[in-house]
Amino acid sequence: DGSLLFQQVPMVEIDGMKMVQTRAILNYIASKYNLYGKDLKERALIDMYVEGIVDLNELLMHHTFQPADKKEQHLATIVDKSTNRYFPVFEKVLKDQGQDFLVGNRLSRADVQLLETLLMAEECKPDILAKFPLLQSFKARTSNIPTIKKFLQPGSQRKPPLQEKDVPRVMKIFH
Amino acid sequence: MAGKPKLYYFDGRGKMESVRWLLAAAGVEFEEEFLETREQYEKLLQGGSLLFQQVPLVEIDGMKMVQTRAILSYIAAKYNLYGKDLKERALIDMYVGGTDDLMGFILMFPFLSAEDKEKQRALIIQKATSRYFPAYEKVLKDHGQDFLVGNNFSWADVHLLEAILMVEEKKADVLAGFPQLQAFKARISSIPTIKKFLEPGSQRKPVPDDKYVETVRSVLRMYYNIKAS
Repeated sequence: DGSLLFQQVPMVEIDGMKMVQTRAILNYIASKYNLYGKDLKERALIDMYVEGIVDLNELLMHHTFQPADKKEQHLATIVDKSTNRYFPVFEKVLKDQGQDFLVGNRLSRADVQLLETLLMAEECKPDILAKFPLLQSFKARTSNIPTIKKFLQPGSQRKPPLQEKDVPRVMKIFH
Repeated sequence: MAGKPKLYYFDGRGKMESVRWLLAAAGVEFEEEFLETREQYEKLLQGGSLLFQQVPLVEIDGMKMVQTRAILSYIAAKYNLYGKDLKERALIDMYVGGTDDLMGFILMFPFLSAEDKEKQRALIIQKATSRYFPAYEKVLKDHGQDFLVGNNFSWADVHLLEAILMVEEKKADVLAGFPQLQAFKARISSIPTIKKFLEPGSQRKPVPDDKYVETVRSVLRMYYNIKAS
């Protein structure tokens, strides 16, 4: 009925707009609710961090869709990229600044995105944060923020991981 | 204030081309350092300039920026090409997301096998003419204005022009059914900064060739085959 600008979901109806394109939606929400830094330079840092985390997120999301014979190799790629490329960056940011949050000493979408991805990574491999003490404490601290804590409790709108048995059904909708 | 922005990438389009377009559109002069050897890349890596060990890298305003989207957003905001308020920004982000997806199909094209190239060309044209071009055609038709958002030149216009020209390289008459886009293309191409960028001798890069592919493969040690979409 014309709601999907590029014939794709996600679609979010918000403030009279039918928004598509995940990044656009996230940018809007982050700006509106003051989770996007205080100026252009903080925004630039947040964008860099978020884009990097999202690259890792995509890799994690693809894991469920891997055919059985590719799964083990894919998991190895996930572990390699997480522990050699992405996690060290954020461990270092936290170490260098000694602050609770990634940017500007206050909560931003970068922290939220990082927490989401850390939890997803642990679902792939529970001890994946073993060598990253600051990410572990970041995870604990950020999980305790009241709004986040609530979201992490049963009964919230957070969705569980996609189960393998549901993959064919999802593929059918889009193909 | 720091000097001119400096771009670190291969001597070719890839992910950096949209940055070149946007800086040029904003009338900003920039320098480039081209990655030609593995050694150069490793030096960049060891120097700690590449946050996620990847290019594009743009040195701008004292920052070593990586992640194309972050770079483009910063440039757009700095040079007033990102709308006047949150809602215009949201529209620009949506439109840029679409053209980004479309150009994404073309990005991997040079790295495909000959057989996959044929399939991918067909896919690019199909997506352009049935998904993306109709959306922008309608936007322009509905508001009847010269630019996509807010009756003002923005990042969305630059990105759409770039995408149109790239798809036309795959099929010259691809805009046949899209009169609004044809007029848009002519109009935006004649904006002085853009017109200059479209002339020979500018920093715009040509269609990727085998030499470009070989350089990227050897610098990144990316010898595996890329699969078509």
